[in-house]
Amino acid sequence: MSYISLSGQDRKEMLARVGAASVDDLFACIPEAVRLGRPLDLPPARSELELVRVVEAIGAKNAAAGLVSFLGGGAYEHFIPTVVDYLSSRGEFVSPYTPYQPEVSQGTLQVIFEFQTLVCQLAGLDIANASLYDGSTGAAEAVLTAQRVTGRNKVVVARSLHPQYREVVRTYIKNMGVEAVEVGFGPDGRVDPDALGRLLDEATAAVVYQSPNFLGVVEDVRALSAAAHSRKALSVAVVAEALSLGLLEAPGRLGADIVTGEAQSFGLPVSFGGPYLGFMACRKDYLRQLPGRIAGQTVDKDGRRGFVLTLSTREQHIRRERATSNICTNQALCALRATIFMETLGKQGLREMAWQNAQKAAYAIEKLTAVPRVERKLSGPVFNEFALGLPKPWPAVDAGLRARGFIGGHGLAAAYPELGDAALVAVTELRTKDEIDRLARALQEVLS
Amino acid sequence: MIKEIREPLVFEISAAGKRAGELPALDVPVRKDLLAGVPLRREIEDFPEVSETEVTRHFTRLSQKNYCVDMGIYPLGSCTMKYNPKVNERLSAHPAFAGSHPLLPEELVQGNLEVLRTLERFLREITGLDAFTLQPAAGAHGELAGMMIIRAALEARGDARKIVLIPDSAHGTNPSSAHICGYAVKEIKSGEDGTIDVAALEAAMTGEVAALMVTNPNTLGVFESDIGLIAGIVHAKGGFVYMDGANMNALTGVARPGDMGVDVLHLNLHKTFSTPHGGGGPGSGPVGVKKELEPYLPVPVIAEKGGRYVLDFDRPRSIGRVRAFFGNFSVLVRALCYIMSLGPEGVREIAELAVLNANYIRKSLEGDYHLKYATPSMHECVFSDKLQKEHGITNLDIAKRLIDHGVHPPTMSFPLIVPGALMIEPTETESRRDLDLFIGAMKAIAKEAKENPDVLRAAPHVTYVGRLDEVGAAKNPVLRWEKKP
Repeated sequence: MSYISLSGQDRKEMLARVGAASVDDLFACIPEAVRLGRPLDLPPARSELELVRVVEAIGAKNAAAGLVSFLGGGAYEHFIPTVVDYLSSRGEFVSPYTPYQPEVSQGTLQVIFEFQTLVCQLAGLDIANASLYDGSTGAAEAVLTAQRVTGRNKVVVARSLHPQYREVVRTYIKNMGVEAVEVGFGPDGRVDPDALGRLLDEATAAVVYQSPNFLGVVEDVRALSAAAHSRKALSVAVVAEALSLGLLEAPGRLGADIVTGEAQSFGLPVSFGGPYLGFMACRKDYLRQLPGRIAGQTVDKDGRRGFVLTLSTREQHIRRERATSNICTNQALCALRATIFMETLGKQGLREMAWQNAQKAAYAIEKLTAVPRVERKLSGPVFNEFALGLPKPWPAVDAGLRARGFIGGHGLAAAYPELGDAALVAVTELRTKDEIDRLARALQEVLS
Repeated sequence: MIKEIREPLVFEISAAGKRAGELPALDVPVRKDLLAGVPLRREIEDFPEVSETEVTRHFTRLSQKNYCVDMGIYPLGSCTMKYNPKVNERLSAHPAFAGSHPLLPEELVQGNLEVLRTLERFLREITGLDAFTLQPAAGAHGELAGMMIIRAALEARGDARKIVLIPDSAHGTNPSSAHICGYAVKEIKSGEDGTIDVAALEAAMTGEVAALMVTNPNTLGVFESDIGLIAGIVHAKGGFVYMDGANMNALTGVARPGDMGVDVLHLNLHKTFSTPHGGGGPGSGPVGVKKELEPYLPVPVIAEKGGRYVLDFDRPRSIGRVRAFFGNFSVLVRALCYIMSLGPEGVREIAELAVLNANYIRKSLEGDYHLKYATPSMHECVFSDKLQKEHGITNLDIAKRLIDHGVHPPTMSFPLIVPGALMIEPTETESRRDLDLFIGAMKAIAKEAKENPDVLRAAPHVTYVGRLDEVGAAKNPVLRWEKKP
């Protein structure tokens, strides 16, 4: 096998050194009763060329290639500059472990430090961790962080938080004594302030909302934060489309105490849902309660600057059952890609990309709602995604659009039946004016 | 390479007006009233501005400050730092996979679902468990899902119970995961040989105990030979056996947890199944369960219906989702490729040679370093600094001096039951030459500890930075760059 580096002679000599007659002797510690005693029932070994053929054949059974996609909903197709793939493929980044030995891991550690800084700058908050698994677990960890910070056991969760994120939050809190109550949205798609006011009380640890929310609407972060703070609860902003932070005011500057979310948009392919990149930033007061790895700056004995993993007394390998989270391995390589992406686009590029997304979405709204009987479903401001009301159930519309070369969006009937026949449409900088125009024409055909 | 390579933070080389990754000009009419009433940022303050040339040099220079498996032996115990096959990188990045959106209708992603279903089948066969979820994003995430499954099954029986038993040699994630599932943790002391003390377990195993979390082989690299007996004791009191599969590299093709009485197991695909560690993820932590626990797996479950793959959300007893979408999919593609490359003999060879390599190291260093437990080792062996302590040398000094020899240090100070531990796991992919390089370095260090201990205390001598002040880093945390006022 290609990956094994011992020759037959090596094996013989090594067995002699350890005093074993055969490799089987080395497994004498395993009782006969629990040994397998037969070859595994797996397909025979394949050469590299055979492997490529068989796996590419499986990939070819995916049938979406060639369709122009307007899917979003927590996973966004964006331009990825070539340097991101090129640099992040370096073995020095791909093949080390977690940087436990800082002297031989300064590359990874400095990248994490830069990543933390970039996340803080975008979120408008003091500190950030080295990553979490994804946006959904980020939301769940934020809820548990709020519980630790406030000592309270109730959270108000926006119904416009990504439905899958809400499910993950529910799973995580089930055994942690936290109760989640849901707050709905008004006709503008924003969290209903009156309903929120009624749900908030002295037991509330946090208000958890997504902005732009799952339905694309940008929330009034300032108002939500003020409402949360009026009851001494935390304002937790979840950002599932990190690119929005390039254009919208930083949630931390509008009052959010924790900003968490999904940074897949920063240089990660959609890749059927993962690996993605959870992030979390917060006020420095909560430092000891923050989950996950954190890199910090320090000096060596000669005063040279270096970086280390720090504040690990929060973490499971030291604190065990009293840790702030059980998270260990997280998404370091994804954070590296995001760091390369953010630094490549930089101050101007990130804003420009975000601005183009918003402009194209606005154009798409104009074109698509010009189709008879198609309407904006919610009236609030949007970034690059919006809910479209349709005169027909989505499956029929979807089939018609697919036949015309489009994945036009994501049907909302299952998660938001109250919206009637509606679909979520995302427009990123990758979609051209021509594609948007053609989508509008295709929609008109399908509906006529 | 050049020792004195200084690379500033990107923020320190940034200059106004520079940029890269330019986009085409906007091709739709510009609207001036965009996002009216929404607070927008004028700029992202202090965000970097550099050219593509600078980005490339920045990250290339940073990369050169890392040690990695592509460079040499990386014998971190419990971490299974094996070679990462390059073809798996290529195939997992194939546009057919990387370009597929997770919300696509299932009829358009039959290839992806075949990847998941096939990998599940392979993992079932390798572990002897009956059903898998691939949703957890890492080992600890798998532990959480697995323990939630146990809790849900116990709740269905009418009593979630209160306690989880965990040996004192366990990974820290075990107690932490049990805690998030609402359980109190009770530690089981290891016996004289470093394995679970069966009598102690029997005494602790009451009707209040939900599960035993066991790592097998344990973190000493020692097989829990009483595993059958242990499982019997736990099952007799209505508890479940959870196995931390971090050390599965010792068992592939040789023995299966499902045949040992294990009810729930998580694997680390970034350990046993060769997916790269990436400097700390992304990993993947699939969870396998016995038939009885299948109804509790996270949603969705992938099923086969009429020759097609479908997503089954109708699982009333499911613990729910533990993550959005389908887990770390491209990591799963890599693991599938790995098993397909190896075949049945190759998968067995993993365990055979991982164990041979570890025993070769153990035998070679036995006279030079103290071995607290003489029990036979499997895929890793745990020495300590006891002999070197006589000369005032700790495991930290030994670790840092190894760096001077061009090899990565082993895991230090774990498991907690071995003071001054040096936990060595070479994996099956190491060559004799690299094993001997490591052994030679360890021997030279043992000699230096006696003859010239100061050189160890000052190590490493060859790196860009010397020993870093970790206490200072925690005391006065500087966790981000900030512009000097």
